[in-house]
Amino acid sequence: MSEVNDKSVEKEESMLLQKQMIADHFKALSKAKENNKKVVYTFVPGNLNELIWALDMLPVHPEINALQSAMRKKSGGYILEAEKAGHSEDVCTYVKCDIGMMRRGNVGPTGDPLPEPDLLLLSYTGCFTFMKWFELLKEEYNCPVVMLHVPYQAEGKVTPQMRDYVVKQLKEVVIPKMEEISGNKLDLDRLGTFLESSGRAENDLVAVWESAKNKPSPIDAYFGGVYYIGPIFSAFRGLPEAEIYYQTLRREVEERVRLGLGPVTPDGVMKQEKYRLVVEGPPNWTSFREFWKMFYDEGAVVVGSTYTKVGGYYSEGFRHSGKYPLESLAEYCLGCYTNHNLSDRVGILEKYIKDYDADGFVINSIKSCNSFSAGQLMMLRELENRTGRAGGFIESDLVDPRYFSAANIKNRLESYFQMVEAKRGGRRAPESTL
Amino acid sequence: MDCYIGIDLGSTTTKAIYIDADEKILGRGITNSRSNYDIACQVASEEAEINSRFALLKRWVQADVTLKAVSEELLAWLEAKYKLAQHLKQLTALTETCLADAEEVKQAKEWSHVPKLLDQIFAQMRTEAVEIFLPNAKSRSDFFRDMASSGFMAHVEALAKNDSKLFDKLIAIYDRAILKVESRSYASGFDEYIQWACEEVVRLPQFKKYEAQVREVTSRVSALEFNPLNTIGTGYGRQRLPFPKEQIRSEILCHGLGAHYMFPNTRTVLDIGGQDTKAIQVDAEGIVTNFQMNDRCAAGCGRYLGYIADEMNMGVHELGPMAMKSHKQVKINSTCTVFAGTELRERLSLGEKREDILAGLHRAMILRAMSLLARSGGIDDEFTFTGGVAKNQAAVTALKKLVEENYGTRILNISPDSIYTGALGAALFAKRDRSGEMAKLDLSKLTKKVASH
Repeated sequence: MSEVNDKSVEKEESMLLQKQMIADHFKALSKAKENNKKVVYTFVPGNLNELIWALDMLPVHPEINALQSAMRKKSGGYILEAEKAGHSEDVCTYVKCDIGMMRRGNVGPTGDPLPEPDLLLLSYTGCFTFMKWFELLKEEYNCPVVMLHVPYQAEGKVTPQMRDYVVKQLKEVVIPKMEEISGNKLDLDRLGTFLESSGRAENDLVAVWESAKNKPSPIDAYFGGVYYIGPIFSAFRGLPEAEIYYQTLRREVEERVRLGLGPVTPDGVMKQEKYRLVVEGPPNWTSFREFWKMFYDEGAVVVGSTYTKVGGYYSEGFRHSGKYPLESLAEYCLGCYTNHNLSDRVGILEKYIKDYDADGFVINSIKSCNSFSAGQLMMLRELENRTGRAGGFIESDLVDPRYFSAANIKNRLESYFQMVEAKRGGRRAPESTL
Repeated sequence: MDCYIGIDLGSTTTKAIYIDADEKILGRGITNSRSNYDIACQVASEEAEINSRFALLKRWVQADVTLKAVSEELLAWLEAKYKLAQHLKQLTALTETCLADAEEVKQAKEWSHVPKLLDQIFAQMRTEAVEIFLPNAKSRSDFFRDMASSGFMAHVEALAKNDSKLFDKLIAIYDRAILKVESRSYASGFDEYIQWACEEVVRLPQFKKYEAQVREVTSRVSALEFNPLNTIGTGYGRQRLPFPKEQIRSEILCHGLGAHYMFPNTRTVLDIGGQDTKAIQVDAEGIVTNFQMNDRCAAGCGRYLGYIADEMNMGVHELGPMAMKSHKQVKINSTCTVFAGTELRERLSLGEKREDILAGLHRAMILRAMSLLARSGGIDDEFTFTGGVAKNQAAVTALKKLVEENYGTRILNISPDSIYTGALGAALFAKRDRSGEMAKLDLSKLTKKVASH
């Protein structure tokens, strides 16, 4: 039984805008060499997009390519290709998908060929695999790597020393290297302009996230949320296109609030919000639609998620700013969700559960992602204790189709929803004689 | 009589439970799930209704001043004769189906004698059935298929001892027929069977003088009408049940509530079923607060034992008793069912005793469950073990030892009726579900489906 209205889904303006932005960017990437543009490969968490744009370079985000490949059902083949090259079954599947894609000609998700990197910009924000990943790419492409070491928030806070340490590296290592590769001198004012633009887009994005406090929530902050983070987590943070996208999206969401509408799903508008949930962990990309359907068919809406904060954590007020450009970039990197310790992550989830009045939370534990998955059962218990809300635990993978067991996940989710229901109403049953 | 029904469609067996308005269990029914969940559901449900009638019959007989003195013997005879009637009905259907097939087969000259042979076999099986269904007869399978197959096979082996072609022909006819017969229910028609049983019983000298009372009480139980106010389905095949989503519950919730009903102080439940293992935490009211179940891999589930039994050329029910004879622990590392089989063969080749290896295999299986239990939040007092594997003494022994080592002393509950835990939970949800539609199990819909097969 579906909890959505009908099959006719009209694409909203923001969706069309994003589609065009992505197509344009990949087209630009395919022509990078002939246009004499230098290409920087960098990861989503801790990316320095504004710096890349300010030096007239073009960014490529390997994780985005991997997840896009998975949604286009290509990741399984790429992973096998990487395994043939000697990468074991337990290695992060984003890495294997990327390496497999590269070994099969490096054709991007839109079908356009991707340029080889001129620089690998490794901004280390909590995921150890990132280092190994670029070590492998360095071997493949024989190109320079520059590393920005971002100290882990082990104590749960960012100290001035930590920020200064990152700024020092930017000044002394990262920017000089990028200037050398691009052949351009950094103009701090120009960088500031990009950062100001980022800040404005971030304001609109936060407004979109907070709209989920409404009942019904006009958005799904996880399954819909991964589309909303598309521009700001990939190439477009700092660009006017992103500003326009988020203004448009915010307007659409505010209109949904005004009309009292639920989120848009692939099968139409959700008609009944039965469960409000917070989700921890990345989604499965190979069966993304099927996975989402397991939620919306049951009337479950995600009102808060941590995965949509991996490329930037803006909930507590941080915004990129042109006033202190390098400090702003440093603070951004330090604040990425992957750079938070377990205790902070529990705190963030607890706050979401309470602020967004969630009925419970679900953890999607990713088989090949130790940085996300380690400690998640501990987080589950702690959250149950702190909030008294029901926690659910499912297991899948990022982009390896072999690790999505639909029947098993559906069974667990159904049990979980019924558990939430029982917790909510079952104990009220006065006729119980037990 | 108002009642509530819970049905658990498991991968191996299908169970049904009837409870009354006071949440007291009226009756239980079980059947093999076959490849047809619809018929399995219908049969289990009808068996539970029959079981409920017999429970009431017992209550009335024991309360009857005249019958009280012979109640035990009388009830045993009535039940045995009832089951015989039901068995004979199925045997008749099986005979007719085989003979219909044989009519075609006999067109070939060499098989012209087949109908006659089949007639002989089934006539003998009918005679034997009378002995099998005596009150004090040795234990028999609950399932018609098992009994009919072993009986038929024994006769064919004797008849076609030196004629393998004939053997194959008769077995082929039987295999086709049993599938057809199995896809029909013979549980309905309580009135017909109980009246036949009554006639048989009152003819026995010891009950002659109670004839009037026996007739009265059997008529009364036959006339009783059950009025199911709500039905809830659970188990692997629950999506196949022909009722709305509101009447379907996850087996995790049902096992939690069922275990709580059986042992109200339960806080942790371990269920090892045919193809999954569930570790469940429940609160003081039996509501699930947390759970973990195996994913991607079914190692350590009931099928694991089935596989090991095949590897060792033993019956699955023989594994536990043999493992209990072990005096030495052989460590089996693999949690993978297939690799455990490889380890088993390796250990055998190294000269380890079968019982010691089996004890190690049971321990490996329980270690896997221990991991799920830990992930679900550990083991709290009291701890209830359910599912088919809870009947295996070697598994229980390994579990007790590992629980003691890891969590200290815990009260371990195992009910002899643990196989019904899920169905019981479903029946309780049916009773308590005020939002659910008060719908009867639509048997007519099932019958239609079955007929169209």
